[in-house]
Amino acid sequence: MNLFVEGFAWILDPANWSGPGSIPERLGQHLAVSATVLLIAMVIALPVGALIGHTGRGREAAVMVSGGLRALPTLGVLTLFGLWIGIGLTAPILALVILAIPPLLAGAYAGFESVDRRTVDAARAMGMRELQIVGGVELPLGLPILVGGIRSASVQIIATATLAAYLADEGLGRYIFQGLKTRDYAEMLGGSILVIALALVVDGCFALVQRIVVPAGVRATRTRELRSRPARSRAATG
Amino acid sequence: MFTAGRGRLGALAAVAVGATVALAGCSSGDPLDSGSGGGDESSETIVVGSQDYYSNEIIAEIYAQALEANGVTVERDLRIGQREVYIPEIEDGAIDLFPEYTGNLLQYYVPDTESKTSDDVYAELADALPEGVSVLEQSSATDQDSYNVTKAFSDENGVTSLADLAGVSTPITLGGNSELESRPYGPEGLKSVYGVDVAFTPIEDSGGPLTLKALVDDQVQMVNIYSADPNIAANDLVTLEDPDGLFLASNVVPVVSEKITDEMAEVINTVSAALTPQELVALNALSVNEQQSAEQIAEDWLAEQDLF
Repeated sequence: MNLFVEGFAWILDPANWSGPGSIPERLGQHLAVSATVLLIAMVIALPVGALIGHTGRGREAAVMVSGGLRALPTLGVLTLFGLWIGIGLTAPILALVILAIPPLLAGAYAGFESVDRRTVDAARAMGMRELQIVGGVELPLGLPILVGGIRSASVQIIATATLAAYLADEGLGRYIFQGLKTRDYAEMLGGSILVIALALVVDGCFALVQRIVVPAGVRATRTRELRSRPARSRAATG
Repeated sequence: MFTAGRGRLGALAAVAVGATVALAGCSSGDPLDSGSGGGDESSETIVVGSQDYYSNEIIAEIYAQALEANGVTVERDLRIGQREVYIPEIEDGAIDLFPEYTGNLLQYYVPDTESKTSDDVYAELADALPEGVSVLEQSSATDQDSYNVTKAFSDENGVTSLADLAGVSTPITLGGNSELESRPYGPEGLKSVYGVDVAFTPIEDSGGPLTLKALVDDQVQMVNIYSADPNIAANDLVTLEDPDGLFLASNVVPVVSEKITDEMAEVINTVSAALTPQELVALNALSVNEQQSAEQIAEDWLAEQDLF
């Protein structure tokens, strides 16, 4: 465990908290890269996922495409894009977008699909147009699952954004690469711990969001069901 | 509420168990410690290792096949990554023969060494090696860090040596593996030895295709590529001279354990003598340009040299 102590000592060392390449700077870069990737991937994946979930069409294609994307090794994709575009942030961002699309797509179509078809039919019967159904019925009801997709994508992005340092002077991955090559294992471990911590914090935030976005109506029914069910079952058995 | 509470408890328990298992895995000894030494294997078999670097693998194959041609049983343990990983294996006696580079190996043991020339480096290295590990005669072939610029950059700025860089008015960005930033011959060394200020961009492929592309595209103006890389000639790059000895000379040298007998040493020394700088670049070119396997390249070379 000695190494872990050294890793934490490296993080707490004030020398690493100022100047070029300081922890706050690298953390900021890491977050910025991750957020950019998440935004781009969401813009691509969420509308497609919503369409698939709403129409129920193209599900197989989406499963196949996202399964295929999941199988791509990100480092290989990164090298390929790097050879094509050159060094800098563009290649890592593109590679990470590919990594982030499958969980987002899955979250979006699973979220929209999860909405009870009877509810959708009821909305349609009340005269709501398709867009109104998507925006006013399916989206709020499917939102917790959709946010779940964003949540898992964001953790994957943050963990893998260390690869940005493969081609650019960016992000927490710099500590890991440099620590490994210079045998500064405290630095390497410190960098890794920061990545883990960042991933956990962001995951926690999205978990909170996931809970908040449950529509009030749904939450009310759930609570009522939960309260009444044990009482009834106890009465039945006892 | 009861169910929800239990669910949360279950999740917490799962996390706790997972964390305990993970940490237990970590705590059972230093994960970066080398594995158990295999020094007590049958003494007839010689284990040849190599870096995870194609050129090094070719040299290791040549050693292995040369020994085999002289009746020695050889086991190959090739492509074992960077120096940080395999040096402990050699020190433990798990590997008996390993192609190395004098300068880089010396810097591993003596980070602030003052030696620069080939002979000084070799002499200091022989002293610096731990008990049980030694080097045979060094080859004239070198494969060392070198700074390269494009022909266009060289012509435009009249730069053929690192000393000329101080007169270049446009900003220079140096590209190379991330560790280059903190190496003695990195940006700091350039500043202190030649008075040149350079920015630094990490490109993590050890002077490979990404580094080359960045240089050719002028995203960086100078890159660290190993001097025996055939890409230097193929892309018309200019390797900048190093009059004030920023880099250590780094010749190919076999690192051996005590299991290497005098007869075996003689075989390897014969190989080292035949391996000239030009030969090494030519061997590397066969790998890079013709995509031949290290085994094939070594076999052809030994047949052509007709050493044994």
